[in-house]
Amino acid sequence: MIFTHLGKYILLLQASFKKPEKFKVYWSEIMREMVSIGIGSLGIVCIISVFIGAVSTVQTAFQLVSNLIPRSIIGGITRDSAILEFSPTITSLVLAGRVGSSIASQIGTMRVTEQIDALEIMGVNAPGYLILPKIIGGVTMFPLLIILSVCLSLFGGYIAGSASGAVSPNDFIIGLTTDFNPLFARIALIKALVFAFIITSVSAYQGYYTSGGALEVGQASTRGVVMSCIIILCADYLIAQLML
Amino acid sequence: MIEIKDINKTFGDKHVLKGISAVFNQGMSNLIIGGSGSGKTTLLKCIVGLHEPEKGEVLYSNENFTKMDFEQRIPIRKEIGMLFQNSALFDSMTVEENIIFPLNLFTEMSISEKRDRANYCLEKVNLKNTNKLFPSELSGGMKKRVGIARAITMQPKYLFCDEPNSGLDPKTSIVIDELIKDITDENNITTVVVTHDMNSVMRIGDNILFLHEGQKWWQGSNKEIAHTDNPELNSFVFASKFMEAAKEKL
Repeated sequence: MIFTHLGKYILLLQASFKKPEKFKVYWSEIMREMVSIGIGSLGIVCIISVFIGAVSTVQTAFQLVSNLIPRSIIGGITRDSAILEFSPTITSLVLAGRVGSSIASQIGTMRVTEQIDALEIMGVNAPGYLILPKIIGGVTMFPLLIILSVCLSLFGGYIAGSASGAVSPNDFIIGLTTDFNPLFARIALIKALVFAFIITSVSAYQGYYTSGGALEVGQASTRGVVMSCIIILCADYLIAQLML
Repeated sequence: MIEIKDINKTFGDKHVLKGISAVFNQGMSNLIIGGSGSGKTTLLKCIVGLHEPEKGEVLYSNENFTKMDFEQRIPIRKEIGMLFQNSALFDSMTVEENIIFPLNLFTEMSISEKRDRANYCLEKVNLKNTNKLFPSELSGGMKKRVGIARAITMQPKYLFCDEPNSGLDPKTSIVIDELIKDITDENNITTVVVTHDMNSVMRIGDNILFLHEGQKWWQGSNKEIAHTDNPELNSFVFASKFMEAAKEKL
């Protein structure tokens, strides 16, 4: 069963990466997807990122009660956890819900209303036209969203630390700027690329092979989100194991 | 001309099409009729390549379509126009964008040429000044007509219509039938229509293929259908009292 799905998924990806019929038409689709995924996700990414940083700072401060540990370490822990884990993974899990369900339901609806059949009848490579722009849109916009998420997490941590008195602004800034390891940033960007590919392609796969009606479109959307989340967590562990 | 030879199609244990052979002639409205579940739409999907038959061949002007791969089929697909049962218009595009979509992908026409072509196609289906509307703003009959406009935009040699009258009022059904007939006659194309609307059968059925339980049961014209002694066909065509009464006048 799992190998059947894996085989179909690989064949769908293979069809998606075929040479486009006309690059100009695909380019406008890619731009549209970049706006939909990137600009469309800005709001939710901003909100969760600020709170991730704020909660991370407050909880770290609560646990570091020893006078032997400098308070500036709170800034460092917030920074590293935001870059390494919270921003790429939690943001991607949330985006799996927003972007993944949208992709699966959009393609699923096109399938059950015969719009994909209409594309095929015209001689259009339907997987290429529908899925490739979404993958490219996701892979280009996710790293930018993750960079924004990291910045806003640190900002959230700074505000929460100052407001609660858990860490002074000066100590927090010192913590942020001390002992920064650039490898962490590289890992965050690699995670963003991998997670973007997983969310867009897995959701598109679920949508593309929908059959039936509105109920099945909803189920495909749910499956797309659940599968994306599970695969993201597995990939997260693998990347951490391989790169750290 | 389209020729199908010994088409067989199964879904799991269900044998839907059982060795159907037929010829659909150029310049004619070829109708596929039959009861629900008789395999009409499956046959149409096998002909256009949306389903792959387990056995049998589909020949477009003597070219074996069944044996071709995706790339080889593209030149033939560019000569195919299809109207789907639910129109299958792209929701995210306006009427004009729907019509010029294949032109964008497969031609080097300028924007003004594409607009002119879209306007010409919309004029053909009596839908002027609807260019900027979205499919959600159209009635069922208008969607069908836009579907026809999109189907003819590439000047196809083969036109396929899947239940063009389903869900339409009798008056709009007549408009759609006449449109299909006019396009077929004017452009001398091969038209294949799947329907179970007997009014359409009597109006435009130059060549009618009757399917029963996945088999070809009868083939003839609308003039012959009234005088057939085939019991299954008679019970299908003259199921309503109206058609029964009309039979006596035919």
